[in-house]
Amino acid sequence: MTAISDREPQPWQDQLFEVLKGADIRQVGYVPDAGHSRLIARCKADPDIRDVVLTTEEEGIALSAGAWLGGQRSALLMQSSGVGNCINMLSLIRACRFPMLMLVTMRGEWEEFNPWQVPMGSIVEPALKLCDTHVAKVEQPEQVVPAVQNALQLAFGDDRSAAVLLSQKLIGRKVWVK
Amino acid sequence: MMFERRATMATLLADRPKNLFLVPGLGSCTWDAFAAGDDDRNFYLWGAMGGAAMIGLGLALAKPNARVAVVTGDGEMLMGMGSLATIGVQKPKNLSIVVFDNGLYGETGMQESHTSGGVDLLEVARGCGIERVMDIADEAGLKELAGLLATHEGTLFARVRIAPDDPPRVLPEKDGIVIKDRVRRAVEIATRP
Repeated sequence: MTAISDREPQPWQDQLFEVLKGADIRQVGYVPDAGHSRLIARCKADPDIRDVVLTTEEEGIALSAGAWLGGQRSALLMQSSGVGNCINMLSLIRACRFPMLMLVTMRGEWEEFNPWQVPMGSIVEPALKLCDTHVAKVEQPEQVVPAVQNALQLAFGDDRSAAVLLSQKLIGRKVWVK
Repeated sequence: MMFERRATMATLLADRPKNLFLVPGLGSCTWDAFAAGDDDRNFYLWGAMGGAAMIGLGLALAKPNARVAVVTGDGEMLMGMGSLATIGVQKPKNLSIVVFDNGLYGETGMQESHTSGGVDLLEVARGCGIERVMDIADEAGLKELAGLLATHEGTLFARVRIAPDDPPRVLPEKDGIVIKDRVRRAVEIATRP
């Protein structure tokens, strides 16, 4: 197997954009991650999608709630460490039954160079489940589109919180540049 | 000048246009909003501390022909201070953030907040690139602010120094689903072309 790097665009990243676009996602909040860089660039280039760079991921939960009050669908992009920053704000989603779509690029689980990523990376799935969020974990490129389509259906069809975790196996090893 | 919070909220909403939506921060500002008169255009917050300004931003971006006013306390604003940076980058034309600043955490026993310790939210807002920043000094300033909530073409941040009182609580609807659905419907109706 050829090792992939998180700096090279993968076909699934463009497919992911098309799925979000097709689902009429109009606001995308994010704290950047290398694994989301292609998606962020595509969102920024699209005049019908408002990209909102956040200082912390919990802002994106509140942003999504506001967007929905205004009749727009949104998505939140973040790295696994950001999930920990969202926990209390997810109460808003549950208390009001807002739709909430989260796309999470994983760190701390596979070929992880930085051990400080492991504590949060290792508890993302149970932590989200405790917050009443549906969680799907994707490790193969061909699983990305169906997993996100299903999460879209859960979020906007059932008015609830749904997350797709994009594995490090999918994204590739983080490139460390000196 | 120190303002009385209930009267201040009432003044801000007195000539409310039909497309002005209010996001009051949890606790006292939500009680103040309800005391001024229940309204389908109020997204009462019972939690989500630190999130009021971002809820306002999401709504303002989604509906450019709605007016959005976030009215929140100093403690709630401090918890979401980063959102002022996010809003400073987005610069929506239809969003105002008003902080009722008494320098105290009112709901928890009047402990001093950072604004009692020298932190100036006006300087924070300026530093975040918010174009119009106002310190409300008197009744005329408050009336001007009320007008700007309806008309200002840009992002606005205002501080209103509030007296440290604790008026009796008046509690609005508590069911988040009901609150969300009625605000969403009201947005749809108010912004129909």
